[in-house]
Order: sequence, then structure tokens, then C-alpha cells
Amino acid sequence: MATQHSRSVARLMMAPAVVLLLGWMLVPLTMTLYFSFKKYLPLRGGDLGWVGLDNYVRFVSSSSFWPAVQATLVIVGGVLVITVVLGILLAMLLDQPMWGQGVVRILVIAPFFVMPTVSALVWKNMFMDPVNGLLAHLWRFFGAEPVSWLSEASMTSIIMIVSWQWLPFATLILLTAIQSLDSEQLEAAEMDGAPVLKRFYHIILPHLSRAITIVILIQTIFLLSIFAEIFVTTGGAFGTRTLTYLIFQRVLESQNVGLGSAGGVYAIILANIVAIFLMRIVGKNLDA
Amino acid sequence: MYLKHALRAATAMTFVATAAAHAQSITIATVNNGDMIRMQGYTDKFTEATGIDVEWVTLEENVLRQRVTTDITTNGGQFDIMTIGMYETPIWGANGWLVPLDGLSEDYDVGDILPAMSGGLSHEGTLYAAPFYGESSMIMYRTDLMEKAGMEMPEAPSWQFIKEAAAAMTDRDADINGICLRGKAGWGEGGAFITAMSNSFGARWFDEDWKPQFDQPEWADTLNFYVEMMSESGPAGYATNGFNENLSLFQQGKCGMWIDATVAASFVTNPTDSTVADSVGFALAPDTGLGKRSNWLWAWALAIPAGTQQEDAAKQFIEWATSKDYIELVAENEGWANVPPGARTSLYENPEYQKVPFAKMTLDSILSADPNNPTVKPVPYVGIQFAAIPEFAGIATQVSQEFSAVYAGQQTVEEALAKAQAFTAEEMEAAGY
Amino acid sequence: MARTVTTRRKSFNTALAWAVGLLIFFPILWTILTSFKTEAQAIASPPLFLNFNWTLENYAIVQERSDYMRFLWNSVIIAGGSTVLGVIIAVPAAWAMAFVPSKRTKDILLWMLSTKMLPAVGVLYPIYLLFIRLGLLDTRGGLVVVLMLINLPIIVWMLYTYFREIPGEILEAARMDGATLKEEILYVLTPMAIPGIASTVLLNFILAWNEAFWTLNLTAVDAAPLTAFIASYSSPEGLFFAKLSAASTMAIAPILILGWFSQKQLVRGLTFGAVK
Repeated sequence: MATQHSRSVARLMMAPAVVLLLGWMLVPLTMTLYFSFKKYLPLRGGDLGWVGLDNYVRFVSSSSFWPAVQATLVIVGGVLVITVVLGILLAMLLDQPMWGQGVVRILVIAPFFVMPTVSALVWKNMFMDPVNGLLAHLWRFFGAEPVSWLSEASMTSIIMIVSWQWLPFATLILLTAIQSLDSEQLEAAEMDGAPVLKRFYHIILPHLSRAITIVILIQTIFLLSIFAEIFVTTGGAFGTRTLTYLIFQRVLESQNVGLGSAGGVYAIILANIVAIFLMRIVGKNLDA
Repeated sequence: MYLKHALRAATAMTFVATAAAHAQSITIATVNNGDMIRMQGYTDKFTEATGIDVEWVTLEENVLRQRVTTDITTNGGQFDIMTIGMYETPIWGANGWLVPLDGLSEDYDVGDILPAMSGGLSHEGTLYAAPFYGESSMIMYRTDLMEKAGMEMPEAPSWQFIKEAAAAMTDRDADINGICLRGKAGWGEGGAFITAMSNSFGARWFDEDWKPQFDQPEWADTLNFYVEMMSESGPAGYATNGFNENLSLFQQGKCGMWIDATVAASFVTNPTDSTVADSVGFALAPDTGLGKRSNWLWAWALAIPAGTQQEDAAKQFIEWATSKDYIELVAENEGWANVPPGARTSLYENPEYQKVPFAKMTLDSILSADPNNPTVKPVPYVGIQFAAIPEFAGIATQVSQEFSAVYAGQQTVEEALAKAQAFTAEEMEAAGY
Repeated sequence: MARTVTTRRKSFNTALAWAVGLLIFFPILWTILTSFKTEAQAIASPPLFLNFNWTLENYAIVQERSDYMRFLWNSVIIAGGSTVLGVIIAVPAAWAMAFVPSKRTKDILLWMLSTKMLPAVGVLYPIYLLFIRLGLLDTRGGLVVVLMLINLPIIVWMLYTYFREIPGEILEAARMDGATLKEEILYVLTPMAIPGIASTVLLNFILAWNEAFWTLNLTAVDAAPLTAFIASYSSPEGLFFAKLSAASTMAIAPILILGWFSQKQLVRGLTFGAVK
């Protein structure tokens, strides 16, 4: 059906979206690249001339660089594992017959609607505060010493907060996928006396693989750039300085736009490495 | 070159835009502190008197800094008045980004501003921002708990005394911590406290050649003393406590002593918020006998970005908000204890204000702070709890993050100081010192 | 053949699911409860659940300090505008990708998604300078464009997955009947795609509503949405849990209610064609 004519029409129809996104990518990217080769210090008079690759060398050789890359990957990885595993369990639970399923589903999706800033503030102040937080009260109730979540278990805390935000998303996608599973197939397996775990591995998990890929892809895109959750809770202290946060510190706190821009270029490279990796998997899975 | 053109074109365009949009309206960026919120409530009186409308952009401190810095460095022209501090004012003033506050009216009496404040808000003798309120830091302590511990607070205690008193007041079963201090990362939070404290231990950020001094024993002494005292008598999780967290702990009666901003005095003695309002005493920030105390100096001040089209209206507002009349307006409606403190000499000469319990100690603390001569050994910088150079905020935030990691038990004092030294040297070299 | 379920098992499922659901929802519930307490009750120890004197004073204080409706209106315009604009631009693109696919279609799609990975803070200065130059600072129009661009890849992708589910034969039949391209899209494709478009609109409205970096950094007064409203209540001096809770409740309530009423569409929208 794809004639020469319809092809050119199609191209025309894609043009606005492609051109806009190309512009959105190229204009800031070009400016970032431009700044990254400059000594650009807004508080010291702005543009202080070309410095070649200085900013790139400095950014990577800084003692904060590798820990930041590591922190980024830990947070993204941690949140992905938690949301996918809990998401599958939760989806299987919600798929069971029960009373008030609609209401439960509403309760479960709710965190997805909360602004990241708000959820970070609420968790930090009303739950994780070591004196007045609800978790501290709970710990004391059981006779335990309250945990200073954001300093002693900083990474865990941030992963918890972010997972809470994204669990609804994972659950919903996985739930829809499970609901489409042929129940006769499951029942046949049940009658054959296949144990629960075996049924899970051989029937449910393969069926979910496509949905899981989608969850991982979409979440990674958003998780690589999380910022508000860290800004509000730890401000990058206690080993929670991600690459995005490190760039923020360079650009806004140190007011070194050149150095921050070089960091931005690295972040783009990292994002693209992750992206290519993901696309490979997803690309295959999307065809299926 | 391209950028300069861009900037110029941009400024021209925003001028047109702002001029058309707000004929007689000014936009003010400010921090969400109590005194500023109160000022917003009185803005109607200003509008009534002058016909100038005021739009407020109220932001949390960290967001505010990021927002106004971006705007001033790019000449964005979003605000007609910015609320900034003693750190930013001299740097921005030197860059020509602020309108000099000269030619203020006779009634305003610019000579009445406390010299310590006007000094810190000037560059080369020109005032660039008018203090809305000023603060130093001092000890606030519970008189009842001090008595119970069988001790008496001297007017000017030493750190050794504070440490002993803190241990004596601590009662973990009753949920009372002998001392609450800032440990939160950030140059304006825990960073400010530890820097001011280090001054009294003889430490300094840089020597005369701008070499970082974290490898010197004074810094290790400071941190070791702090960590020992806090693990003995401090609250759980103090590594994430800043001004606000400590304020609420103190108001709930969970702290024996608290060394922090003098403005906190009016909050802890205010019976509607504080459960311990009747039993708070004040003393000068401690020292170690080396000649410098550990109190800082700060002001939240109003400044006009160069390039605003509303310069006259903005000046009018600043004259109103930082005037003697404004102080009286607040005193009339909310009582003398709630007026913005620390900005004007006349306030402390007012017999009504002298009855406020913390007035004298606040003034004494402010007067004993000398930003031009902050440390025991000589330094090339101005500022007590900061060094007024553009690089400081970035460096000190990261350094204070290393310190906070010590408070949280994640590394040793030595490790943190070694990292701080290396990082600061790296940044200073990059900045061309 | 329906699965037979004992009442006991159903009761057990119900109890467990409700427990988990309430646990997940609890932080939001707690925020809403706290917003009706006084500041002193908000930090009471042991914590108060329902046995406190309900008060509306926090809402009154928040409303007195900041004009909620203005922030709300800006949020609605910015989130709504960027979503509508995005859909208008994305529909033709998604149509072309779904019905006239070429070898590079998937590459283009994946490239579009990859533009979402650009770290926003790294380009703050370039974008800020650009906005100054174009006179877009603190304008709703400027934010509509930026948020539209941020979400465009997701919109295109979602629409593409829906369009692909529509059988091509129907379109061909319409074409045989002499329908023009415009008619084909308007009268054949659009009605079939309405549910998909609705879910796309919904999801992107939520994403745009919650975006907190650009909306905070590119606005001052005229275009400031609810994210800026919240920034004036986080960590002020003194006790603030109750006021923060009231402000938070006000900021999330509209989207929470919208989300709940339209959860069926949203559930569908979130599948990204992962499920047939």
C-alpha cells in the first residue's frame, strides 16, 4: 500500500514533529557544546575565552565523577528492580477476584499523580524525620532506636521514595498484561498439578516479558534525570550525588557554566549508552 | 562575541516587555522566612500610600538563590527587587549588577543602619542592599534545665563549659538533648556553623596566599570537638538538622542549648509556637580563649538589579520596608518582640525594645562580629561564616557535605579533611588563584 | 469456563489487597489528615490519627498568603496547552509511522525517545538565554512550548502504538470508496483512535502538571504554576508540617481527582501497546 506518493505524504506529516524535536535537541546541544569549550564563569564576568578540552578533563578527573556515575546507576537499577518485582507481585494480587477491586486500584495508582517535589517533601519531613517522623514513632513503638533515614540510609531512602512514585506505573502496565493472559492455559497447568512457582516461570513471566521491557524503558528515561527528590531530601550529601546533581552543583552552585556544560555532554553520552543498550532489547521485543 | 550580542538584544527586548507589562508594579523575589511573610501582609499599606502594586515571588532559600543568581548573571530582568544576603551583595555590587543605594531620603536616615550591617552590604564604600533584618549567632539555653543540672551559664562561656553543660543537661530517657547544632550539608546551613565555630578554634579557610588550610591541626580540633560533643549530647540524626529542624526541636523542649541565629530568639520565646517560651536564657557564642568568638554575621537585604525599569518604584519600596516607620508599624500590630531585628541602631536605643529579653544579647553579638577581621590568623578574605569570593558557595557546599558524612558516621574526620583539602585546592586552582 | 473461587480465598485476597493498597496510599492520606491539624497537633507524640480537632486554618493561611487560583489556572493552561499542542503535532507523525512504515521508522521513534534523556539542568543557561532573547521568560506560551517538546516523544510513541492496532484494511476500504486523506483521518481513523488519544492526553497532562524544573526556573509571577506555589512552603522557619500539608493537598488534589475519575482511560493509556 505504500506508494511513492503516500511515502512523501507520510514524510510531510512526520516533518513537524521531527523538525521540532531536532531543534529541541540541536539548539541546546550546540549551545552546551559551545559553552563546554569555554571558560565561562558568570560571576567572574562571563565568557573568559576558549579553553579547549580543559573542562572535559577537569570534570572526569574530579574526585566526584565516578561516585556520581555509580550513584546514578545504583538509583536507576535499585528503583527498576523494586518496581518491577513488587509490580509483578502486586499485579498478580490485583488480578485475583476480590471485593472493591476498583477502589484498591485507585489507592494503588494515587502516588503516580503526586508531584515529585511534594512527595519528596512529605517523605522527608513527615515520615523520615528522625524525631517527628512517623517512621521514628513506629520504631520507638517497637522499642527500637529511630533511624536517621536520610543520613544513615540515604541511598535506600531515595530509592524508597522514587520507587513509591513509580510502583503504580509498573503495576498498572503489568496488571493489564496479566489480565490478558489466557486463563484456560493457566488452569490447564493448574490441573496438571504444576507447582505455583513453575506456573509462574513458565507461563506468567514469559507472557509479561514485553510489558516488563516497556516498564524498564520508560522508567529509565525518567529515572536518569531525577532531580527534585535529591534536591529536596539530601541535597546531594551522603553519597547521593548523581550525575545530574553533580552538573547542577557545577552550573548553579559553583557557577561554572563551562565545567557544567562539559558534564552535560558526559551525561548525554551516558544516557545514549544506556539508551542504545535498552533499544536493542526493546527493539526486539517491540517487533514480537 | 555572539553571547554579548545576544545578551544586549535580550536586555533590550525584556526592557520593552517589562515596561509595557507593569506600568506601576514591581516584582520582588524573596525568601519564605517569617519576617518576609509578615512584610507581605503589610504590602497593602505601601500600595495605598504610593499607588505602586507589588507582586511577590516567595521561594524556599535554596530555590531562591538558584533563581535570582541565574537571573542576575544573564540579565534576565525578571525581578525589580531581589532578597539577597551578605555573601552575594559585595560580589554582585563589584560586578556592577546592582543599583547603588545612594540618594536615599533624609527621613530614611541611612546613617542609622548598624555599621556592621552596612559594611557587609557595601562594596568599596557604596551601599548596594538595604538590610531588612540582620543577625549574628548566640547561645539560647533552657534556664530550668541549666538549674537542674546545677550549673550557671556565664555571659561569655567557653566551648569547654558548653560541652560539660551539654553532657550534664542531657537526659535521653526524657528525650532531652544537651545541645542542638546544625549539621546539615550546605554552605549556609551546617557549613556556616562549623566555619564560624572554627574561627574560635584558630582555624581559617585560606591563608594569605589563598592556600586551603584543611590540613592544619585547627580544623581537626574543631571537627573532633564538635563530633565528640554531638555524639555525647546531641540529638539523633543531627547530620541532617539545619536551622529549621533545630528550631522545632528547641520549641518542643528537646534541646538544652542551641547555638544559632539571633533571630531565632523571637521564635523560641513566642508562647504560641514554643512550649518553653518562659524559660529561655541567652549568652554570647562560645570561644576557646584565642580572641575570636564563634558567632557569625548575616543580613537578609533588599537590592535592586541594574537594568530594572522600575528603579524609582523599587527604591521607594526598599525605603518603606527597611525604614524606622515599618518597624513601628510591626511593633504596633504585633508587639516589639516581633519587629525585624538587627538592622538599625535606633531600634536598640528604643526603651520599649530594650525591654525585650533578647535585645541586648543580639546587639552585643552583632557588635562583636567583625567580617573584615574574622579569624585568629590573618586571611585574605572578608566574611565570617563565608569568604566573599564567587567560588565559595560551590566549594563550601561540597566541603560541608563531606563534614556531614562525618557526622553521620560514614567517614572519619581525617578522611573528610583530606577530601576537603584536595577538592578546595582543585577548585581554587581552576578559578585561577 | 470461569475460575471457581471459594469465598474464603476471595476474602483473603480482599484483605491482603486492601492492606497493600492502603499502605501505598497512606502517605497521601497522612498528608491530607495533617493538613486539618494545628501545627502543634501535626508533630504530637504519639501521632494523632483521627482524634484531633479538625481545623481549616491552614487552608485559610495558605490562601491568604498566595493566590491559589492564579497558580492553579497557570498549571491548567500550561499542562493543557502543551498537551493539546503536542497531540496536534504528534497525530500526523504517528499516523505516518503506523500506516506508511519505512525501514527507518523505528530508528526515528527511538531517537525521539532518546531526546528525553538530555539532562535539563545542563542546558539551563542556554535555554534561559534563549528565552530572554525571545522574550519568553515568565510567559505561559514559552512554557507550553518547552513542556510540549519534553513530552512530544512520549505522545508520538503512545499514539503510534494505538494506531498500529487499527487494522490497515479499514483504511484501504475507505480509500477504495474514494475518501481523501483528510477524510480518512477525520472520519475513519480519528473515531477509532479516540480512546487512545484520550489516554495519551491524560498521561501527558499529568506529566506536564508535575514537571518541576522548567516550570520553576522559567517563571516568576505571570506564568508561575503550582510547582512554584509549593516552593514557597517547603522548609520555612518554625513549625510547618500542617501548612506544608495543606499546600501539598491543594497542589495535588486537582490532578488526583482527575486521575481517579479517568483511571480506566489511564490504565489503557499506560500499556504502550505492550498488551494486546
